[in-house]
Amino acid sequence: MEPAIQFHDLVVERGKQEVLHSVSAEIHPGVITGLLGPSGAGKTTLMRAIVGVQLVKSGGVTVLGKPAGSPELRRTMGYLTQSPSVYPDLTVRENVRYFASLYGFGADEADRTIVNVGLEDQARQLVSTLSGGQLSRTSLACALVGQPEVLVLDEPTVGQDPLLRDELWRRFRKLADDGATVLVSSHVMDEANRCDRLLLVRDGSIIADDTPPAVKQAAGTDDLDQAFLRLVRRRAGQ
Amino acid sequence: MMSVRILANTTQRILRQLRHDHRTIALMLVVPTLLLSILYFMYEDQAPVFNRIALIMLGVFPFTIMFLLTSIAVLRERTSGTLERLFTTPLGKLDLLFGYGIAFGLAAAVQASVTAALAYWLLDLNTAGSAGFVILIAVTNAVLGVALGLFFSAFARTEFQAVQFMPIVVLPQVLLSGLFVARDEMAGWLEAISNVLPVTYAVEALAEIGANPEPTATMWRDLGVVFGVVVLALMLGAATLRRRTP
Repeated sequence: MEPAIQFHDLVVERGKQEVLHSVSAEIHPGVITGLLGPSGAGKTTLMRAIVGVQLVKSGGVTVLGKPAGSPELRRTMGYLTQSPSVYPDLTVRENVRYFASLYGFGADEADRTIVNVGLEDQARQLVSTLSGGQLSRTSLACALVGQPEVLVLDEPTVGQDPLLRDELWRRFRKLADDGATVLVSSHVMDEANRCDRLLLVRDGSIIADDTPPAVKQAAGTDDLDQAFLRLVRRRAGQ
Repeated sequence: MMSVRILANTTQRILRQLRHDHRTIALMLVVPTLLLSILYFMYEDQAPVFNRIALIMLGVFPFTIMFLLTSIAVLRERTSGTLERLFTTPLGKLDLLFGYGIAFGLAAAVQASVTAALAYWLLDLNTAGSAGFVILIAVTNAVLGVALGLFFSAFARTEFQAVQFMPIVVLPQVLLSGLFVARDEMAGWLEAISNVLPVTYAVEALAEIGANPEPTATMWRDLGVVFGVVVLALMLGAATLRRRTP
């Protein structure tokens, strides 16, 4: 199958620091790709480049065959920023309906999405009065609401209770099964096991790009945390 | 790139945000009225002076307040991540720009109508021309405030910085507008500066309405100048909205 997202030799500088060192990879539709790595590894920068809001120094990113950030792509992408970016002075419903309207969807689609992220009881509540977990689910709803073909979710499950986290992963799985391209970042390794494919990032480089079992096998351990450590050490030893 | 649907939804969203903030609405409506009342009692025995100053204030309030509201609102969009997120959606820059212009322009129209109604009926404000034109100038000034607020919000990283642009942008324009010293009595270089400041023209237009029963050519020209600056400031504002950032 054609990859949905491709980036090659991507170099990004933020400030005077080079935060992505010529990274290349392909991300496929119909599967969940996990972008794993410690905080500061460059995950958010890579995601910003994919959704087309990051100035890049060199290299290219294409999404569905078009350069990242192309106007035609904006109808097909859902982006969840790492810190919740919604309007605190609007209710949950008003936020989700506004983002739905940008993609040409009406109130029905917005209300369905609110139910899907488990916020139906808070729909009429002002976002500024929500708990942290509810706040980030509001933000997630605004990313999911346009029925996007490509979902770029920056740490979508942080701070959610285990039951809800499980529910959200089921939802990502359903979206991928329906053909969407799902890219999810996390710094929690136990979430990596839920992905079909992993990109392990450290210090602005991709140190592994494979399925979870293959990553574990290559590192010679059954534990992804250990596998990550071993891969880092192996690289350092090179 | 603009879409009528997205523009309408964005305008509505900004108005909804405002509507949830009851205290801001109350302040918007009460403060100008309160200040005009102070002026009224200050010049209780000098009706012509009150007429002149109150009329100009009807134009200055919406400009100042909408400048402040817009610079804070847009700064919030920039710093909270909502702007970045909007730029990954089909929303165009102009949708956002005009969304703010229309939403706050409408809020200013309500504000100016309430303030003008009170000034005419309770404070005996007297103008030769019609109140409708006073409100028209007030709303144009408000949109000027929105456009400049949008532009200057790009130069502030915090709300502390943003509010301090208010005295920089607003005060010199009011000082040099002819309110305190007639412009032709100013030092030449001050007059030259006042010639290029938009509020000068708004104040002159208001004075024309105060003195003439029918709209004059000078008033229309002044309104045109202010409108031109609004378009220019909106274009500058658009240039500060960057989809891609470092």
